[in-house]
Amino acid sequence: MEFPEDLKYSKEHEWVLVEDNVATVGITDYAQDQLGDIVFVEMPAIGDKVSKEDAFGVVESVKAVSDIYAPVSGKVLEVNDDLPDNPEMVNEDPYGDGWMIKIEMNDPEELQDLMTAAEYEEYVAEEKE
Amino acid sequence: MRFLPHTDADIRAMLATVGVAEVGDLFAAVPPELRARAKLEIGPGLPEMDVRVRLEALAARNHGARQLCCAGAGAYPHFVPAIVDQVLQRAEFYSAYTPYQPEVSQGTLQAIFEFQSLVAMLLDMDVANASMYDGASATAEAVLMARRISPKRPRIVLSRALHPQYRQVVRTYTSGAGDVQLVEAPFSGDGRTDYEWLARHVNEGTAAVVVGYPNFFGVIEDLAEVAALTHERGALLVTATSEVMALGILKPPGASGADIAVAEGQSLGIPLSYGGPGVGLFATRTAHVRAIPGRLVGEAADGAGRRGYVLTLATREQHIRREKATSNICTNQGLMTLAVTVYLSTVGKAGLHGLAVANAAAAHRAAARLTGTGRWRLQFGAPFFNEFVLSGADAEARWEAARTRDVLAGVPLRRWYPELPDSLLLCVTEVHDAQAIERLGEVLGVGA
Amino acid sequence: MSEAGSKKKGKQAGLLLDEPLIFERSRPGRCGFSVEASAGDPADFLPAEMLRGPIDGFPEVSEPEVLRHFLRLSQWNYGAASTFYPLGSCTMKYNPVANEAVARLPGFTGLHPFAPDDAAQGALKLIWELERLLAEISGMAAVTLQPAAGAQGELTGMKMIRACHVERGRPRSKVLIPASAHGTNPASATLCGYSTVQIEGSRGGLLDVDAVRQVMDDDVAALMVTNPNTLGLFEREMMPVAQVVHERGGLVYLDGANLNALMGVAKPAHMGADVLQFNLHKTFSTPHGGGGPGAGPVGVSEVLVPYLPTPRLVRGDGQLRWSDDFPRSIGRVRSFYGNFGMLVRAFAYILAMGGDGLTQATRMAVLSANYIRCRLEGTYQLAHPGVCMHECVFSDKGFETLGVKTLDIAKRLLDYGFYAPTIYFPLVVSGAIMIEPTETESKEALDEFIEAMLAIACEARENPDLVRNAPVLTPVGRLDEARAARRPVLRWEPPQNSAES
Repeated sequence: MEFPEDLKYSKEHEWVLVEDNVATVGITDYAQDQLGDIVFVEMPAIGDKVSKEDAFGVVESVKAVSDIYAPVSGKVLEVNDDLPDNPEMVNEDPYGDGWMIKIEMNDPEELQDLMTAAEYEEYVAEEKE
Repeated sequence: MRFLPHTDADIRAMLATVGVAEVGDLFAAVPPELRARAKLEIGPGLPEMDVRVRLEALAARNHGARQLCCAGAGAYPHFVPAIVDQVLQRAEFYSAYTPYQPEVSQGTLQAIFEFQSLVAMLLDMDVANASMYDGASATAEAVLMARRISPKRPRIVLSRALHPQYRQVVRTYTSGAGDVQLVEAPFSGDGRTDYEWLARHVNEGTAAVVVGYPNFFGVIEDLAEVAALTHERGALLVTATSEVMALGILKPPGASGADIAVAEGQSLGIPLSYGGPGVGLFATRTAHVRAIPGRLVGEAADGAGRRGYVLTLATREQHIRREKATSNICTNQGLMTLAVTVYLSTVGKAGLHGLAVANAAAAHRAAARLTGTGRWRLQFGAPFFNEFVLSGADAEARWEAARTRDVLAGVPLRRWYPELPDSLLLCVTEVHDAQAIERLGEVLGVGA
Repeated sequence: MSEAGSKKKGKQAGLLLDEPLIFERSRPGRCGFSVEASAGDPADFLPAEMLRGPIDGFPEVSEPEVLRHFLRLSQWNYGAASTFYPLGSCTMKYNPVANEAVARLPGFTGLHPFAPDDAAQGALKLIWELERLLAEISGMAAVTLQPAAGAQGELTGMKMIRACHVERGRPRSKVLIPASAHGTNPASATLCGYSTVQIEGSRGGLLDVDAVRQVMDDDVAALMVTNPNTLGLFEREMMPVAQVVHERGGLVYLDGANLNALMGVAKPAHMGADVLQFNLHKTFSTPHGGGGPGAGPVGVSEVLVPYLPTPRLVRGDGQLRWSDDFPRSIGRVRSFYGNFGMLVRAFAYILAMGGDGLTQATRMAVLSANYIRCRLEGTYQLAHPGVCMHECVFSDKGFETLGVKTLDIAKRLLDYGFYAPTIYFPLVVSGAIMIEPTETESKEALDEFIEAMLAIACEARENPDLVRNAPVLTPVGRLDEARAARRPVLRWEPPQNSAES
């Protein structure tokens, strides 16, 4: 199970890569492992507004479906167009090619509520019990 | 009791394993006040012969089943070849469950895949589901689906020439489910929906326009025109076909621009059976596949590369999506889809076409015969398939008189269309030979 | 065309009959039906631009080939008639063949739904009597037979609840649903415009009256509950829970899927149910049909009677007739009167069983489930200890170290010739295995099943690959469902040709 150090993590198992004012968001290795083979990802449109802790999309596996929550608020700048046709990328490379959306943050202070890699790893260990 | 295998010895052995003295002890969790009042005041069980006698007596009191039936209006008298029932009586099919364990359900799954394919071809759409309950609920589900696709458009325009029961069911399904506004479009003098009215009232707030095809009067709508004005305004076209035999010779909804096409499949291998079970057909375009309600069967492969079939895209459904499901449907019409599949496989490419031609021919000959003396006239001028509306003085009285002579001469329209108090909706199919038409003519006062 | 798997064609091994799609059997010019020589030219009575020709891609096979095709397909199915089907929550009891015979009487199959009421008195009498029999079995004040299936029955029930609240002044906005509920429950609630509040089951998986009291308020329209619940346990606090709901003006919806555990033992009406849906294809023996048709009649308490769907049967002058004269009704939920053919079967079943027979069915169903529970609980982890009702729930706890999951156990059961129990439901038990034997399986059948389950547990320890790779004795092995969902192929396509448009 991977927990890249340069990322931040939410309680709902999303990861965030921060570059200036832009947050790239996806789901974590633990999340994709729990869901199983991903078959579909539903994402918002460019320009949509998202709010912290509100669902912005859905990820479906064969047997389960899960909302994806925005870890920060802002406006959707970019969406990973390759995902609809290649949902397995979320399983194969959750932190790389499996990225989902890029958000232009309107309140970077929200980042402080997210966990570090070490904190998230501990969080996951607790959830497993 | 003949269905219960357990002997006293079996029961004793099982009780010993469970470790209780008597069966009643297993119900200790049930409050005594409930147990005290639970006795069923139902007589003793009857042997098979007695049940049979009782049911035969009830069946015998349905003299409507012995009359010449020239009524449609959502349920159609057609001939069902014996092979359909032969297959339906295979216990491997009728006693199977929903195919959640695909490895031991390939019979059911492949049959459904064939059904989906046939329905898609019949309606000329990209994809069809594994069935809904009936044409009426399929129409309601299509309306809900249109709202899912266009959530910002609250209006649904239903043609008044759409089957009254379908409109009623749409109403029941949409009440309390979000802010849906149902609007009814009037019909014109020719029996079609009033297209000018549609052009004026369908707008950017309309999610869908729903028309019958053919409509309740048997009339064939000009779908191309409805599609044009619907799409121009960004709405979806939903067609509902209660007499699906028509699609054996009519240009299909898909080819005419329908976005969602539904139908009642009873005409294809299912007896009248006092209105149920039937089967709802539901088909749409690939773009909308994830919004489809109901089950879907898809092709798959196993580890050795063998082709098989599975229930798929299940995450839309209630057992996973729960409150966010596209529908609450679970059990659908399983065995009835098999009936349709067997029927269409049997009549096939040539047979369905031939039957549809025979229906249209018989109905048109009958209509010509019945309107020949001027006693009756065709109410509507637009083209029809195998149902048509006859109007004439004292229509209902004539209809009553026909009944006493064992002919169900259609259905009087007054109860749904008060403005048509002297009209009967008649249906003539391949089961009505020349003699039957003669008799129909006789009882309707159209001399020899 | 499809990417998944090569076509199997004509490869046979004994009875493992290989059968292509009906379209793949087609040959141009074959037909299984004698078409009338010349009915005429359709263009004689319809404008040419409205017409289509024979449909490209439609099957072209002879009648013997059609029969062979479907008979071969049937050989690939496990049906409850030929195989023990311990599916929890589905009540796969014997489907009496006598019911099939009476449902096919021409007096029933040939009756048009618009036959006038006086020409359909047999059908109306059957419906009338079945309504009363179901009312007696459940204690409810009145019953509608219109809904086509359990889910449609639920929708009907929830719509009635909503209509009642609307008339009282406010629809309210929430419905309470236990976490163990069947998925159709929240789906149906949402379809009626309600949001759902989940109640976690407490000690022993049961509803806790205090937990309900905490979430019950004036904005809750109803509590949807299953009793016995989906864990196979009788909800001991059902009556106090119902009281809490009623006290705040809410209504109680009882999901009747598990009615097989209650007949002659407890009547839902006495438990405080305001609405109850029946599943005729479960408790009342009508066949499952590979996914229907079913029937989902709904019973109601007095307070909800005015809202029952129309039309309803009324009696006058010694005749029965349909009436729409019920202004407070929620309206119609399906065309005509319901799945009449299934009503005939259920009626015949109840006549054959009688009150004592139905009560004995419940007793034997519960005894059989407990027998299985006691014999397996040393080997498999029981989700909740103690006496169960008509079904018991195990989990795969203890097998994970062997790398074996519930799914594997289920698949290996297929190799033993059994249909698998319900798996991964209810969601509140991780790796759930829900077993419902019903009352129509002999003790020997139960013992065979138990032996198979015990053998699989052994295999999991000694030869786990055998279990993980199961099934191997079925016509196909495990199918790649992920691929099927990622690249859905949902129909056969005719070979390249655009003549049809």
